[in-house]
Amino acid sequence: MTKSELIESLAKQQPHLALKDVELAVKCIIEKMNQALSSGERIEIRGFGSFSLHKRPPRVGRNPKSGESVALSEKYVPHFKPGKELRDRVNDSSNQYQIID
Amino acid sequence: MALTKANFADTLFDELGLNKREAKDMVEFFFEEIKSSLEQGKQVKISGFGKFELRDKSSRPGRNPKTGEEIPITARRVVTFRSGQKLKARVEAYVGSE
Repeated sequence: MTKSELIESLAKQQPHLALKDVELAVKCIIEKMNQALSSGERIEIRGFGSFSLHKRPPRVGRNPKSGESVALSEKYVPHFKPGKELRDRVNDSSNQYQIID
Repeated sequence: MALTKANFADTLFDELGLNKREAKDMVEFFFEEIKSSLEQGKQVKISGFGKFELRDKSSRPGRNPKTGEEIPITARRVVTFRSGQKLKARVEAYVGSE
């Protein structure tokens, strides 16, 4: 499922809203999640899961072309932990559905 | 304080002018739609954010870390999240607060 398919499906479930408004709402939710994570704030959605930042320690990397070593400073990466309901629903129905893009 | 569904609903109310009921429903439907897609085996790619992927893992031997007792971990399907380039870049620029 892509973002535009998500928007279409949400519009079908809320026929009283204009497609344009559903589109704006989806973009607004995504932007809010991006903003929260990039300012170090956690997101906790009951039944869905939580997003947080994980710290990666500084390390010595290598330029794959020249072989030269480069010092890389510590950084943060987004991390998602699925909630119990999502974990169970996905696992319980896994024998009925194949994984598709 | 972590961000919750109520915060997202408030944002939709403040910025888009949806009424409280519509805003709350929209947030519910949004996360439910992603869950239901994943439940049906369909991975979810949200451009500008990231991709929720599914993986089938085979069973493996496990252990109760407290008792040391061996218990097999059954085969299962799990959800993983890979953040997109844009989110990665924005988060990398974050310089912790501690």
